[in-house]
Amino acid sequence: MGSSLASFQHGVHPQEHKAPTRGLAVQRMRFVERYVMPLSQHLGAPSRPVVQEGQEVQRGQRIADPGGFVSTTLHAPVRGQVVAVGPALLPSGAMGPAITIEADSFDAQRPSLEPPPSAEPDLDALFDGVRDAGIVGLGGAAFPTQVKYRVPDGRRIHTLVINGAECEPWLTCDHRTMLERPRSVIRGTATVATAMGVDRVLVGVEANKLDAVDALRAAVRSVGSSGPPIEIVPCQVKYPQGAEKMLIEAVCGVQVPGGKLPLHVGVVVNNVGTMAAVDDWFRSGKPLIERVVTVSGPGVSAPANLMVPLGTPVRALLEACGGVAPDAALVIMGGPMMGQPLPSVDVPVVKGTSGVLVFRERDLAPLVEHACIRCGRCLEACACFLNPSILGRLARKERWDVMAEHHLMDCMECGACSFTCPSRIPLVQQFRVAKAHIRRAAALEKQRGGA
Amino acid sequence: MSARDVRLVLRTSPHDRGAADTPSIMRDVVLALVPITIAAVFYFGVAAVLVIGGAVAGCLATEAFFAPRGQRLASLKDWSAVLTGLLLGLTLPPSFPIWMAFIGGVAAIGLGKVVWGGLGHNLFNPALVGRAFLQAAFPTAITTWSPQGTRELAVYASNLAVPFMKAPVDAVTTATPLGLMKFQGLDTPLWDLVIGDTPGSLGETSALLILLGGLYLLRRRAFDWRIPAGIMLSAAIFAGIVWAVAPQSSPTPWFMLSSGGLMLGAIFMATDPVTSPMAPIGTWIYAAGIGFLIVLIRLWGGLPEGVMYAILLMNAATPLINRGFRPTPFGHVRSGGKKAKEDAP
Repeated sequence: MGSSLASFQHGVHPQEHKAPTRGLAVQRMRFVERYVMPLSQHLGAPSRPVVQEGQEVQRGQRIADPGGFVSTTLHAPVRGQVVAVGPALLPSGAMGPAITIEADSFDAQRPSLEPPPSAEPDLDALFDGVRDAGIVGLGGAAFPTQVKYRVPDGRRIHTLVINGAECEPWLTCDHRTMLERPRSVIRGTATVATAMGVDRVLVGVEANKLDAVDALRAAVRSVGSSGPPIEIVPCQVKYPQGAEKMLIEAVCGVQVPGGKLPLHVGVVVNNVGTMAAVDDWFRSGKPLIERVVTVSGPGVSAPANLMVPLGTPVRALLEACGGVAPDAALVIMGGPMMGQPLPSVDVPVVKGTSGVLVFRERDLAPLVEHACIRCGRCLEACACFLNPSILGRLARKERWDVMAEHHLMDCMECGACSFTCPSRIPLVQQFRVAKAHIRRAAALEKQRGGA
Repeated sequence: MSARDVRLVLRTSPHDRGAADTPSIMRDVVLALVPITIAAVFYFGVAAVLVIGGAVAGCLATEAFFAPRGQRLASLKDWSAVLTGLLLGLTLPPSFPIWMAFIGGVAAIGLGKVVWGGLGHNLFNPALVGRAFLQAAFPTAITTWSPQGTRELAVYASNLAVPFMKAPVDAVTTATPLGLMKFQGLDTPLWDLVIGDTPGSLGETSALLILLGGLYLLRRRAFDWRIPAGIMLSAAIFAGIVWAVAPQSSPTPWFMLSSGGLMLGAIFMATDPVTSPMAPIGTWIYAAGIGFLIVLIRLWGGLPEGVMYAILLMNAATPLINRGFRPTPFGHVRSGGKKAKEDAP
């Protein structure tokens, strides 16, 4: 890959492993009997249920309201009956509140939709619409999308960046969305760009998806938006190209200051799948009740890209893909670099589930730890320009305060340092622990100050 | 479908890991030294095997001795002790007594590594600590050079010296190219230096084979190329300046680069990740310092060769360099930097 392509500095090059699913069109997952919708499947406050046990719900009906400013709406993924509002096993391994729905007969699942009043919303209508549609960042972080559109007074967003990098190995759900629904992606993008009044839109796509670049460019021409110009920017294939701040540096050439948000440099970043979801809502009134999930990995019999109703158990996904290898040992929700290992396959697909990957015992790198040899590979991997080696040493000594001075809180836990470390030191794991300690100390400090 | 029966493991992300691990990096360096070792045997006969073997044995024995109970053999599996012994052996003269080489290996691991807390904690390159120990303990033996090309001789009498007894002295001794240059003002043909057909330490005679090993390490990404590049550049520039000013009384820059332990030190010793700086800027400074010190010691010091002390001195400066040249975190402004600027609210 030439250096002429847009990118950031540092980073790593994991094997891509996209071949098993990149050519597979998205197939609709069949309906199953039972759906579990956790109230907290996004960042921020949990949603508040507005249905009760025993209640009949329509597919697409609102079942929970936002529980705060940073929160979102939930909708029934299927027509059926609410059988429980209570604790359920979440992908994190914790028990958390959820709404469980038993689906009606499988062939009567046409959603009853009403398009919202305006297909060309202004900023307020965009904010309300995206919140009512339950749309969150579909790249994996699941941050309530409308919050990004509410910019503090005095700030202006001049650039909308659309994230089609999909830098995690194995995953191809965004790739397929860009190939199969490029007009939806571009229309949703134009809707947001126009409502926000930005000057330009930049869509970053890694150069291993040049067919998606072509599809999006064709869509820009055919949609012919009257809004701001939309440019598709091929980016270097490098992890973590899809991290918000790295993508901004790649396509805009500016760095977001440490500890600040993209809006501080006048930028908002949205995922391509999120844009298709915005289009669904403003054109047909369809809320976020399903998403594309890549099911892949060496432990899956028939890898696939599936359109999955939210709340579907992972077990059903794996069954739909022909089951797993007998020696399957690790199931990840998300990508291999940042994904969540699942405690059980009896957890639901949630809004942030971009992939379900299955690995066998023999695929797992043995984690025999050696002493740090100070080779400095982690320094050249870290896209945040931290020194993971020193941070790791400090973590061993539990020097949380010194770690904070070394800018630990800028770490986004992308995993590039652990990936590259020849001594297999669990750097990211140490950093997560340290960050929790630092946050707790800060909270205590605040409490003491307030009392 | 057997998802029901699957026993899942939980481990934190990232779930994918790069191919290289610490033992594989060490093994790559050992492999890169193989041609050099073979050349040493070619030029100096069985003596080379004995001396290198003595040093490696000293390292392995010490590593195993200090390893935690029950991990004696496991501690040898990461190749680091083999590498230290091999490097030490390659810096010794061909006629060096085996028992001294063994002692050098013991010092390299014991004083160079174990006392610091083991692999990754040492300040100085262990092989060079071993060599410095030998230089202090046995100054005559370590500066007694035998001519190459006496292959039929195979073993020097002094190789087999009885420990702690007065060593038998070989009849024929000679001077290294650096010694000739320093003490007699004599030149050595460049081609001999390139292929290694000169007297000298076992592994440092052939610049060509050492460079070959470096290319292998580069291909395997097993070392930081900036270090040898920086050392050679800095030594060449400094030596070049001196040579331009006084061409009669000083050696040429290419003689500087291809003689003595410069190549071996630059490619295999200075690049020890543990004892060299981590951030790229620091690495350049470290390398430039080594190149400068080598030329300084060779031209104006009391010794004909300065690679060992140059590297050890810059090893000592490494923590300081690491502290002084930290990478600027993403989105933080270096003084005078322009990239990370917040929009005016």
